[in-house]
Amino acid sequence: MNKPFDNRAWFLVLPVFLLVAFSAILPLMTVVNYSVQDTFGNNQFFWAGTDWYVQLLASERFHQALGRQLLFSAIILLIQIPLGVLIALCMPRKGWTVSLTLVLMALPLLIPWNVVGTIWQVFGRGDIGLLGYTLNRIGLDYNYVNNIGDAWVTIVVMDVWHWTSLVALLAYAGLRSIPDAYYQAAKIDGASRWSIFRLIQLPKMKHVLIIAVLLRFMDSFMIYTEPFVLTGGGPGNSTTFLSIDLVKLALGQFDLGPAAAMSIVYFLVILLLSWVFYTVMTRDENERQGGAS
Amino acid sequence: MSLVLQNVSKKVGKATHIHDVSLELPAGSLNVLLGPTLSGKTTLMRLMAGLEQPSTGRVLFDGKDVTGVAVQTRNVAMVYQQFVNYPTLSVYENIASPLRIAKVPRTELDARVREAAALLRLEPMLARTPLELSGGQQQRTALARALVKRAPLVLLDEPLANLDYKLREELREELPKIFAATGSILVYATTEPSEALQLGGNTATLDRGRVTQFGPTIEVYRRPVDRLTAEVFSDPPMNFVAADIARGVARLSGDVTLPCIGPLSGVPDGRVTLGFRPNHLHLRRLDGDAVSIHATVSVVEITGSESFIHVRHAGDEWIALSHGVHELKPDHPVELYLDPHKMFVFGADGRLVAAPLPAAAAA
Repeated sequence: MNKPFDNRAWFLVLPVFLLVAFSAILPLMTVVNYSVQDTFGNNQFFWAGTDWYVQLLASERFHQALGRQLLFSAIILLIQIPLGVLIALCMPRKGWTVSLTLVLMALPLLIPWNVVGTIWQVFGRGDIGLLGYTLNRIGLDYNYVNNIGDAWVTIVVMDVWHWTSLVALLAYAGLRSIPDAYYQAAKIDGASRWSIFRLIQLPKMKHVLIIAVLLRFMDSFMIYTEPFVLTGGGPGNSTTFLSIDLVKLALGQFDLGPAAAMSIVYFLVILLLSWVFYTVMTRDENERQGGAS
Repeated sequence: MSLVLQNVSKKVGKATHIHDVSLELPAGSLNVLLGPTLSGKTTLMRLMAGLEQPSTGRVLFDGKDVTGVAVQTRNVAMVYQQFVNYPTLSVYENIASPLRIAKVPRTELDARVREAAALLRLEPMLARTPLELSGGQQQRTALARALVKRAPLVLLDEPLANLDYKLREELREELPKIFAATGSILVYATTEPSEALQLGGNTATLDRGRVTQFGPTIEVYRRPVDRLTAEVFSDPPMNFVAADIARGVARLSGDVTLPCIGPLSGVPDGRVTLGFRPNHLHLRRLDGDAVSIHATVSVVEITGSESFIHVRHAGDEWIALSHGVHELKPDHPVELYLDPHKMFVFGADGRLVAAPLPAAAAA
């Protein structure tokens, strides 16, 4: 086949290049620039090479924050994905309850992060918060300010409350796209509820679930506002996740070089893990296409 | 084994989807449900399968009342217009799925799967998943899944509608043969009259939830009991014209008279509707008794070997189906020939009064 080649076509992609350059590449380059230099204010810069990276990767503080971050994202994914799918399976498929459910499900998604943090901060207080007060009254010693476990539980519950809807709505959209004939065929075969889920619903939801996993992973890996509002990263450093640590480093201590290096590493970790997730989840499909061609 | 529907009707809310249908499908028979979209073919099949319960009436299978019996315990197989297979299972596992659920022993399962796969020529594809197959192969997989079950009732709901022309012709020819060996009752829904004629067997014509006629396909085609049946069982649609019969002639609108010969002879005087198939409206005089008509061309559709000539005549719109390519200009006059031997005569109530003799149709 002879494809016509016309250099004027570049004009069509030029706006995208410019947009990406100004919105992503250039800001990223300034961060790269900071990460290989040291500054003491007065716009004086000294070449630091890979020093900040070496320091960062060896630092106990970074390891701990990264570990907390990985644990948090793992917990979030393990709770929100199955729970979201379960909710989607229970959502009505027709009738007036559909719109009602959709609106109710979408409500938490409309609330800004800092408001969510504030709501739960007040909700969980032992003196005036409904949740904290009730738990204390029934004999449970609940205090997110002092107790590490309580702080974690509160942040996880908060995030589950805020974002499970997103997974549920995505999974619901996937379920709705399955033609009725599939359910009828399974019914005629006499397939069990579990077989229907495993052999029809799950495979048909796969593509939206990949998106849900990626979105929830990236978002939970970058969590900042909720723990910041709730405990400011405490008690101690127990809820100091990567982004909170980064802000402390950059704005609290004004260590621009190390903070820039950390940003780059942080970014690469997200990129790497997202790629791993995506590759693992689409693996059998790629293998099959490779085998078929 | 036979399937009997007794006065079955289905109402959903205020709408009636199926009106008082009674059918008797004998064992090993091939039955076509013929009707346009929304005529109730799928609902009727769902009632036969037990996917839906009739509002009134009974469903008897092999003499036993199965009206309230759930579909899982009825042993039926169904194939849909969409290609429905388990997306992550291999073709082998897809075909085996009904047998696995029925807990068929492994050696027997393997033999039956391979037998069904061989009949539908899927042997080289057994290890693949449905998404790696062509549309035709996907539907073959679904058909093999229905076949392997050896269900006494097999329902095929427009199974070939989503396939391309060539595959459709090929599978249509094979299907009755493949299922005939099983002795199952085969029910096949289609919107295309030509498909019903090619399949043969029995045909039930459906119109807005009513079965208008049920009988051997060729009988229904030759002697439709009423005008509705004739309309359903004709593609392109049958042409109709009002006529007054008196003193041995039929007077049509537009001052055309036909001699009362052939099917028209013996029709009592009065007002009737004459129907004739598009392939019996000719551009040339083929029969000595044919009457010439002056009509106006509306539009001509040329399919290659045939031309569909849409014409207007005294307020009626007709279609003439003619072999070869005929380039006629719109709004130009055209002379057509109407053969009195090929007329269907319907009374004022729409019932068939007389039909062309098969011998005349063959001549």
